[in-house]
Amino acid sequence: MKTIEPVNQITKYVKDGMSVMVGGFMGCGTPEAFIDELLKANIKDLTIICNDAGYPNKGVGKLIVNGQVSHLIASHIGLNPEAGKRMGEGTMKVTLVPQGTLAEQIRAAGAGLGGILTPTGVGTIVEEGKKVINVDGKPYLLEKALHADIALIYATASDQYGNLIHEKTTRNFNPVMALAAKKVIALTRTIKPIDPNCITTPHVLVNHLMKEGN
Amino acid sequence: MDAKEIIARRVAMELEDQDLVNLGIGLPTMVANYIEGKEIYLQSENGLIGLGPTPDEQNIDMDLTNAGGQAVTLKEGGMYFDSLLSFSIIRGGHVDKTILGSLQVDEQGNLANWIIPGKMVPGMGGAMDLVTGAKKVIIAMTHTNKGKPKILKECTLPLTAKGEVDLIVTEMGVIEVKEDGLHLIEYNAPHTVQDVINATEAYLHTNEAKENTLWNK
Repeated sequence: MKTIEPVNQITKYVKDGMSVMVGGFMGCGTPEAFIDELLKANIKDLTIICNDAGYPNKGVGKLIVNGQVSHLIASHIGLNPEAGKRMGEGTMKVTLVPQGTLAEQIRAAGAGLGGILTPTGVGTIVEEGKKVINVDGKPYLLEKALHADIALIYATASDQYGNLIHEKTTRNFNPVMALAAKKVIALTRTIKPIDPNCITTPHVLVNHLMKEGN
Repeated sequence: MDAKEIIARRVAMELEDQDLVNLGIGLPTMVANYIEGKEIYLQSENGLIGLGPTPDEQNIDMDLTNAGGQAVTLKEGGMYFDSLLSFSIIRGGHVDKTILGSLQVDEQGNLANWIIPGKMVPGMGGAMDLVTGAKKVIIAMTHTNKGKPKILKECTLPLTAKGEVDLIVTEMGVIEVKEDGLHLIEYNAPHTVQDVINATEAYLHTNEAKENTLWNK
């Protein structure tokens, strides 16, 4: 069983300068209430690892607009003009990563692997500064594992142990991020018993559990 | 019929029954409107196969979105998955066709569609994985950018992938990418073969070009 902690306790765990993975895809499946607490507490100098830059008023986009992000690692920033602006000005470092590579780099970190070999990005600027390894005559890029201090993930439901499900398209990066960070904090919409056959994130990966509106 | 509709209709003809297809944002999304008499499984890389029509206002569910963040629906037989499985399906060669827009395509089948340095930096999203992994890469785009050729001898913008494009569909015609370069296989009347050549910087092989009449329908 897990203690359900109040959402505002998130600032006990997320500190200035940390690397933070945030689940969600264009705000779908993002732990929005965690973002709001980080905004209120003005936690700064964060490295955010997320699929995208969200929108200026949704998802990690709000932290970017408020100047709390020093480095963003994402696959897409096109729907948050503020991210592109800060990248151009040099006030926020942005590392753009192909989406499938990002998912696999996170998985590698969570699965005890040093990295992965992918054909994606061969012959493009993504290749710059990376090792190209030939396997049976085909070139692959060595993409290293991507770790983080904290993962902030979202579940549409949790049981009392912290077993999670992420329904519909809220799943995206949430389960894999739960593998890859030193500490995992989950925000759930509801607490209810879940069929063990349907659990997508096992409770042993979840360190702290919080509930929306609590 | 406008240029975009012509392109979307022609691309839809490329799809075969039971194909797993990924449609990019923008023009490629329109292809879904012209699929007739075939069962096509549409993937959205954020985590579903079985993409259905846009919901009406009272049925919007923001737990169910496409890769552009817009509310969508799931068809019967559809399913959800996480980003890992989604990109295993993509990179692993399980997607039959990926349809994307592009800023430039060249004679070697290279494409550039994710960045204009100093101007527009949206990021590659899933595009690099899609063009690398899909069995067939179809580019759906207007033939020129306000008269400026987009089909070039060599791309000048940073590439999305090298040598992955198989077919280019524009309002002027259809171009196949082969070992020896670009082959115009169809031209859309009233455009002539010469019109297509004039609007293309790359060399076009034209001996197989056939006229089609999409514009008249």
